Amino acid sequence: MERIEKETTYQETRKVEKGDFAAAGQISASYKNMLKRLGVDSKVVRRLAIASYEAEINLAIHTFGGSMTITVYPDHIVLVVKDTGPGIADIGLAMQEGYSTASEQVRMLGFGAGMGLPNMKRCSDTFEITSELGIGTTIEMGFLLTP
Amino acid sequence: MTVAQLIEPLELTLLTPQTSLEREVTGGCVCDLLSFVMARGDAGMAWITVQTHLNVIAVASLHEFSCVIVAEGSAVEPETLAKATEEDIPVLRSALSEYTLSGRLYALGVR
Ligand SMILES: Nc1ncnc2c1ncn2[C@@H]1O[C@H](COP(=O)(O)OP(=O)(O)O)[C@@H](O)[C@H]1O
Ligand SMILES: [Mg+2]
Repeated sequence: MERIEKETTYQETRKVEKGDFAAAGQISASYKNMLKRLGVDSKVVRRLAIASYEAEINLAIHTFGGSMTITVYPDHIVLVVKDTGPGIADIGLAMQEGYSTASEQVRMLGFGAGMGLPNMKRCSDTFEITSELGIGTTIEMGFLLTP
Repeated sequence: MTVAQLIEPLELTLLTPQTSLEREVTGGCVCDLLSFVMARGDAGMAWITVQTHLNVIAVASLHEFSCVIVAEGSAVEPETLAKATEEDIPVLRSALSEYTLSGRLYALGVR
């Protein structure tokens, strides 16, 4: 994360509020449009859009709020998703397909299938998640831009 | 097969008159779990669901689905239709069940 690259082409940070379902999807949609405009391969755009959508939904459903930062480098993209808690007690369990603590109300909307984190991992080329209870969770995903 | 060509056989009513119906329907998806659709969706699919909230349009738009088909005559919020119009995702509704709709779509040759 501390890696500094000189030729950053673009960086943008946006906030996601707790419980804001109506806005969910706006950030991933804007990423998609931006990356398409930049001429990024459509398969990569698609993977990043899916991963960022799941991240956006998780911030709204599971956290006290957070932010998403996308950085576009000449040969790769980094997406950092950070929240201010509550943190994840058992990351191994959270990563399991089908595991979810989503509320009944959230499930009624079709979320909470427990596929968000596995989806993010599957869609990204590199995936790192760190979490501390009472502090928050950070997910860093990398996407390679092959010419 | 275009979205317009589904209207009669699937007994659909178009809820978003300003969206384009000329898009090719290249597959189908029947699911009410958004994360499943996120994981398995593909461009051009017609998505049959009883979910009608705003995020349905967000998912349909990310995947570039050809249309959303609302089954069982479910009510659709005006905000959902406004968003669908903005994103140019046709939303059509039928009184038929998800099961019947997918059967008819399949019988029409959409795989
Ligand atoms: N940022 C987060 N902060 C706290 N808990 C989280 C976070 N992301 C995921 N979780 C936990 O991991 C579980 C699995 O997440 P996910 O795979 O996205 O499935 P779902 O969102 O459908 O529950 C969640 O139900 C929640 O308990
Ligand atoms: Mg999730």
